[in-house]
Amino acid sequence: MSRVNEIVSEIMVTGRALYQSFRNKGGPYAKKLLALPNDSLEKTISVALALCVVCAILVSGSAVALKSIQQDNKARDIKKNILSVVGLMQEGVDINQAFSRIEQKIVNLNSGEYDETIDPATYDQRKAAKDPAMNLKIAKGDDIAGIHKRARLAKVYLLRNGDRIEKIVLPVHGYGLWSTLYGFLALEGDGQTVVGINFYDQAETPGLGGEVVNPRWRALWPGKKIYDESGTSVIGLVKGVVDRSKLGSEYKVDGLAGATLTSNGVTNLLRYWTGKQGFSLYLQKIRNQRG
Amino acid sequence: MSSETRKIILDPLVDNNPITLQVLGICSALAVTSQLSTALIMCVALTTVTACSSASISLIRNHIPSSIRIIVQMTIIASLVIVVDQILKAFAYDASKQLSVFVGLIITNCIVMGRAEAYAMKNPPLQSFIDGIGNGLGYSLILIVVAVIREMFGSGKLLGNVVFPLVQDGGWYVPNGLLLLPPSAFFIIGLLIWGIRTLKPVQVEKPDHSIIPTAHGTDVHLEVH
Repeated sequence: MSRVNEIVSEIMVTGRALYQSFRNKGGPYAKKLLALPNDSLEKTISVALALCVVCAILVSGSAVALKSIQQDNKARDIKKNILSVVGLMQEGVDINQAFSRIEQKIVNLNSGEYDETIDPATYDQRKAAKDPAMNLKIAKGDDIAGIHKRARLAKVYLLRNGDRIEKIVLPVHGYGLWSTLYGFLALEGDGQTVVGINFYDQAETPGLGGEVVNPRWRALWPGKKIYDESGTSVIGLVKGVVDRSKLGSEYKVDGLAGATLTSNGVTNLLRYWTGKQGFSLYLQKIRNQRG
Repeated sequence: MSSETRKIILDPLVDNNPITLQVLGICSALAVTSQLSTALIMCVALTTVTACSSASISLIRNHIPSSIRIIVQMTIIASLVIVVDQILKAFAYDASKQLSVFVGLIITNCIVMGRAEAYAMKNPPLQSFIDGIGNGLGYSLILIVVAVIREMFGSGKLLGNVVFPLVQDGGWYVPNGLLLLPPSAFFIIGLLIWGIRTLKPVQVEKPDHSIIPTAHGTDVHLEVH
């Protein structure tokens, strides 16, 4: 307790000294300013300006100083999300060690081929989507996910068992109600059956659209199918609860109660990213290789 | 600790609690109390912000033009909240993701602004700082009580540790799902207010108006022609 008292009194003494030196050495202007009546125009503007400068330094200083730690946290969180979407995330697992089983690959979305010229470890798809040299403007009619442009190259994550691809994790994103939802869709090696879905960055209404991260809702996804017989992506959310006895229920997932627009957003972003503009060519190739 | 400091710190716990007596800061009390861990972080964040904002506002209180008083207070509070949010993102990432917008919403928490306007504008920095701590603790006390009840009976856990083994995990406890939904916090806070005011009748407010009993035979009749 005495230590706290010491620190507090030290801060007080420093503060008082600063104030005094500002009064004494700050020149005639400072003296005049502090003596002005509080409600004079000059003082009002000066106080407002000084406050803005101090607060701006405080806010930007903390943001800049903590940025690298925050970025590490984000990168770790993404790894954790990828592991959890393929079911490798358990209590007490070392994230970096578990993640070493996952292979990262860069896919050219236009050809569906791997692009080996770029190092997947350093490629940032979210940054590339904003870079005019690396992105593609999406025509209005095709832009069902509401994202305007996307990167030409996408980073996918593969879990292999020997030579055979067991699981594929695709990055997906699209607009919901308030925010762009960023997440991962994990598929079986057949490029058709859903393993899981996970959103790691979203700002939908907590309790309504924000339920996209609810484990109970996410548990509805495994086993769902993406493409119908004609190869069109028909996965989507429906209002209410899916009737399992009906034909085609394997392409449908319960919508989020009270969040129609977020639900539509999720449907649209999944159809976009599994569609022709997204990963459908790539997944087609994977299916063909598998024979 | 002098008796006055003790009074500033202890008064807001029960006798002048910001939530149960002044009924301020209810919104975040509903939102973050479904788990004890998020409630604790929210308590620390709010107490820090209230104490620091009160102290800094009190420091410059003699030079704040009254015409932009509220804006000055808001700017200071908002800056501190952003700093706290940045720190949480750096050192308590998972918790900050769970708290999502609610840390940012401390800016609009009436307790912070209320203390700035009611206390810090008139009192020296150290007392204002202690007053901020005291009110933060008063808020924390209610939040922790509500969160313990909600997490324990809503999901059978406390800080993530199993207290009552749930039926779906092979135990005996059937969780009360209502407690995980925000309205349950309303009921719990309501019951707390009732309990405190029964024990301390001083806190009961006088009714704003009384209902005049209807005199006999003056009932209004609607006639349809």
